[in-house]
Amino acid sequence: MIWIPVVVGVLFLLGVYLSWTAGRLDRLHARVDASRAVLDAELLRRSASALELATANLLDPATSVVVADAASRARTAGDNERYQAESDLTAVLTAALGEPEELAAWREDVPLLADALGELSLACRRAAHARRFHNEVVRAAQRLRRKVLVRWLRLAGHAPWPETAELDDTIPRAFNS
Amino acid sequence: MNIGIVCPYSWGVPGGVQFHIRDFSEELMARGHTVSVLAPGGEDDDVPPYVVKAGRPVSIPYNGSVARVLFGPRAAARVRRWLSDGKFDLVHIHEPETLSLGLLATWLADVPAVATFHQGSKRSRVLSAGHGILQSTLEKLSARIAVSDEARRTIVQHLGGDAVLIPNGLYVDRFTAPPRPEWQGAGGTFSFLGRVDEPRKGLPVLLGAWPAIHTAHPDARLLVAGPGDVDEARRSIPAEHRDAVTFLGAISDDDKAAMLASSDVYIAPHTGGESFGIVIVEAMAAGAPVVASDLVAFRAVLDDGRLGALVPIGDSESLATEAIALLGDPQRRQRYRDAASVAVRRYDWSEIATEVLAVYEMVMAAGSPADGPRFRLPGR
Repeated sequence: MIWIPVVVGVLFLLGVYLSWTAGRLDRLHARVDASRAVLDAELLRRSASALELATANLLDPATSVVVADAASRARTAGDNERYQAESDLTAVLTAALGEPEELAAWREDVPLLADALGELSLACRRAAHARRFHNEVVRAAQRLRRKVLVRWLRLAGHAPWPETAELDDTIPRAFNS
Repeated sequence: MNIGIVCPYSWGVPGGVQFHIRDFSEELMARGHTVSVLAPGGEDDDVPPYVVKAGRPVSIPYNGSVARVLFGPRAAARVRRWLSDGKFDLVHIHEPETLSLGLLATWLADVPAVATFHQGSKRSRVLSAGHGILQSTLEKLSARIAVSDEARRTIVQHLGGDAVLIPNGLYVDRFTAPPRPEWQGAGGTFSFLGRVDEPRKGLPVLLGAWPAIHTAHPDARLLVAGPGDVDEARRSIPAEHRDAVTFLGAISDDDKAAMLASSDVYIAPHTGGESFGIVIVEAMAAGAPVVASDLVAFRAVLDDGRLGALVPIGDSESLATEAIALLGDPQRRQRYRDAASVAVRRYDWSEIATEVLAVYEMVMAAGSPADGPRFRLPGR
């Protein structure tokens, strides 16, 4: 009857492993949600500082209109168009701010610009970082959910399949200085 | 914020990572944060008050070479005590892929963890062998930072996943020194910085170009700073061009700034192994126009040649041509200087520390990976 303790032992270890994996998955899901919330907040911060720059009467009227339009579109877009609108804002900012030398010259002409540009540059970097952190957690969760045991035993419960956030958040060239 | 930083290498041994952690910690403290650094070190090592020593590392053979490591129950107990004494809001681990304190701290930390990867290429391969075992530990890192594209590529290839790019910082204003007339040549001054006897720093490439440069600019002078055996390097220069070369040996930070400020052209002829290119950023901060070999890291710092000249790697002839042309073109030098003095602000600690603190804020907002019960019944 030596097999009884062996089976009990194996079942116990399996139980511990499953409980550990379920906990790990649970924590990953919580982090997916939390990091998505951080990404949303950072994207809002970015569009807010773009809007602020556009409405501060520091840029020429044409640039102001284009930037303000893209920024408010990004802020009001529905869930389906959100990331497209954010990518459009990236494209508009990249085009509007031009080359590093142009931006430096601009800063000298309009000293008040420096603060607004500094905030926008930081907001752009923060948003780009937040998206990478979010996607990292999403990928870790996806990796774990692809495991055979996790799928067979439905350890993920009813949690939706985590999706990475795909959008163009390249830092505008002008800020590379 | 109350921040715990883990340094993988002994505090007493000078090195890029240690200097980076020192400057960054001091910047954070100046901004009113509390910092404690955990670093390997024995009892008789002298360290600043914010550094906690974690014991001596041991050398063991690992993955085909000798690794200086610090782990095991004793080290783990020290890391655990440091974590519980510190009551940190967040821990920041440097080089977590070395089998040292960083890995232990990542494993033990119950607060959010941020990691910075410094190394590019081979050295980081340490981890790929044990990838599967380490996955759940590395998963705890809420944010991964790479200091260069090369370090980031290494993470992608060997550890899987991605990292954000935040370059190394420096105090730009510490490099504004007046030039030293006694170091300057009547017809212009070139300079080089790096170990004299380490071929990948590229001194042989530069000395191979020197006769041509000196012939074209006979009143020019070359300053060579850096530790290492000078005799062999000196002998490799043809006698008629030798006197125009001055070897300064290992120099202090102040002398370094003064040397760079005295230069009309700073030459970085490195042939490889540079992950970031801090030497070039320092030259730019001191106002020295740069000619650098076309390494990935250098190309990135010089913004594809907008901030300085790039020449083919290991090619003395092209280096000579470019150096001669640049010394003879004051307008281009001034253009590089103006553009670089703006661009280099990007690397000032005031910018870099703000960016890292932004990462801290986001990571803390997203919560700790260790939140919640450690064990749960399957199926929920």
